[in-house]
Amino acid sequence: MTATRRTVLKGVLAAGVAMPTMRAWAQPGAPTARLIPSTGEAIPSVGLGTWITFNVGDDVELREECAAVMQAFFQAGGRMIDSSPMYGSSQEVIGYGLRKFGRPTGLFAADKVWISSGPRGPSQIEHSRSLWGVPHFDLLQVHNLLSWEEHLRTLHAMKAAGQLRYVGITTSEGRRHEQFEVIMRRQPLDFVQVTYNIVDREVENRILPLAADRGMGVIINRPFQQGALLRRLSGRRLPAWAGDIGASSWAQFILKFIISHPAVMVAIPATSQVAHVRENMASMATPLPDAAMRQRMAVYVRDL
Amino acid sequence: MSEWWTYSAEDFLLFSPRTYWRMIERHNEALWPAQLLTFLLGAAILLWLIRPRPWSHRVIAGTLAVLWAWLAWSFLWERYATINWAAPYVAPLFALQAFLLLLIGGRLRWEVGRAGQGPVGLTLFLSALVLHPLVAPLMGRSLRGAETFGITPDPTAIATIGLVLMAAGRRSWLLLVVPLAWCIGSWATLYTLGAPESWLLLVAVLLAIIPVTRRHAD
Ligand SMILES: NC(=O)c1ccc[n+]([C@@H]2O[C@H](COP(=O)([O-])OP(=O)(O)OC[C@H]3O[C@@H](n4cnc5c(N)ncnc54)[C@H](OP(=O)(O)O)[C@@H]3O)[C@@H](O)[C@H]2O)c1
Repeated sequence: MTATRRTVLKGVLAAGVAMPTMRAWAQPGAPTARLIPSTGEAIPSVGLGTWITFNVGDDVELREECAAVMQAFFQAGGRMIDSSPMYGSSQEVIGYGLRKFGRPTGLFAADKVWISSGPRGPSQIEHSRSLWGVPHFDLLQVHNLLSWEEHLRTLHAMKAAGQLRYVGITTSEGRRHEQFEVIMRRQPLDFVQVTYNIVDREVENRILPLAADRGMGVIINRPFQQGALLRRLSGRRLPAWAGDIGASSWAQFILKFIISHPAVMVAIPATSQVAHVRENMASMATPLPDAAMRQRMAVYVRDL
Repeated sequence: MSEWWTYSAEDFLLFSPRTYWRMIERHNEALWPAQLLTFLLGAAILLWLIRPRPWSHRVIAGTLAVLWAWLAWSFLWERYATINWAAPYVAPLFALQAFLLLLIGGRLRWEVGRAGQGPVGLTLFLSALVLHPLVAPLMGRSLRGAETFGITPDPTAIATIGLVLMAAGRRSWLLLVVPLAWCIGSWATLYTLGAPESWLLLVAVLLAIIPVTRRHAD
């Protein structure tokens, strides 16, 4: 068990190792990367969420903006994009961006299955795949544990058949954590996705340590509480020592807090703006806070 | 499913305000100048309400039925569905409303009455027809986002509630169910989007429900 924990920690130090080359996307700097425990594959620790921000329907102007966000994301070395059939047109809009600029080889396509009927899972997955326009998904997660037993059977079978690389489950905002833990203990999962940020820290107690013990990569959703956290902090001054960890904005302050937790693999902030995706990606750059600094950061925000 | 308590309206909002208002604008642009036509239809309905003819009652019901069916297809199915996967599930309800308008509405007397809910109904109808299109510019959005009777569901639902409150005849209340449900749903959406005009929808609902409940209490 400690061996897997050590693997995870080693991944923290493995900044920018083995980044696959990406067609059509320049790579200026090597971002902080983590190693996926089950395979040792390196993955940059800031990804891209798509809920709300990418659900723009057939509005061409907004689709172009999303494509530009994707382009800036890949240019900054990003890999993991997360979506779900629940997110309206987001999957289709990702497909639009991938078609427009060509699919980078580094793309790590993370999607979900979200349907109460188990038998209809495979056709939903196939539909999602065609919307993205990818040959296969890298990661499929059972969204919010909906019909998880049936869907996990499907996903494990797909993985065994070589149609899928990783399997996971998701929840958010602390929902069903007890059940979530039970599944983590019983199922061979590659990834789990939960909510974590500088004010929502419940997962630090049990889920993050359990994931490290079980060798599961942790994806962090709602890093900014869907923007509410940043809105609340926007009037407040960043502490002078934020410069010591290389954070020049609240967004970077929070992302650095999240991705510096040893058990966290990837945080997936969503944005509709190129400037924001650049800012978010830049928070992967070293220095990252150590345990003492993380404590100081949390206390500072708590006392604001 | 105890975790449902931990959900809030925001958790179900699928799109940003910008995406939503741009969708309305693009809908308007695609249909222009149909807005003029539906406004004229509204004006004609007003005329028939004031000076009913033997045939005008059926024509009003028929016109409303066509508009609801048209909204089911043009707005919910073709437009709103692009950003809201729930829209296709609502479309059949709009079709049902069209059907009820033909079935029940055809037998009602659609005219301005002085008694009962007549004045309230007329106020709602006129505000939907004339004031609702002004809300977008008043809220600082483009005039291209003006919502008009017969083109988008909000003013159409409010206008229909107003008309049904004026109409006399058996089972007219059945024609309130779908428009009221829409107004409540749309209120929740607009409220979550932070749009102050969400309250217009709630006012329409309250004005419709209060007299109905009072009548049943009598
Ligand atoms: N159960 C689940 O599986 C589940 C649940 C929730 C979320 N998720 C996943 O997690 C992702 C992230 O969560 P989320 O979308 O709820 O919210 P989030 O990432 O916490 O916040 C997104 C909001 O933050 C703003 N933002 C992003 N970067 C910013 C920056 N640098 N400066 C200022 N504002 C910034 C964005 O606005 P702008 O567009 O203006 O930048 C956007 O409104 C989702 O997209 C989804 O993929 C999964």
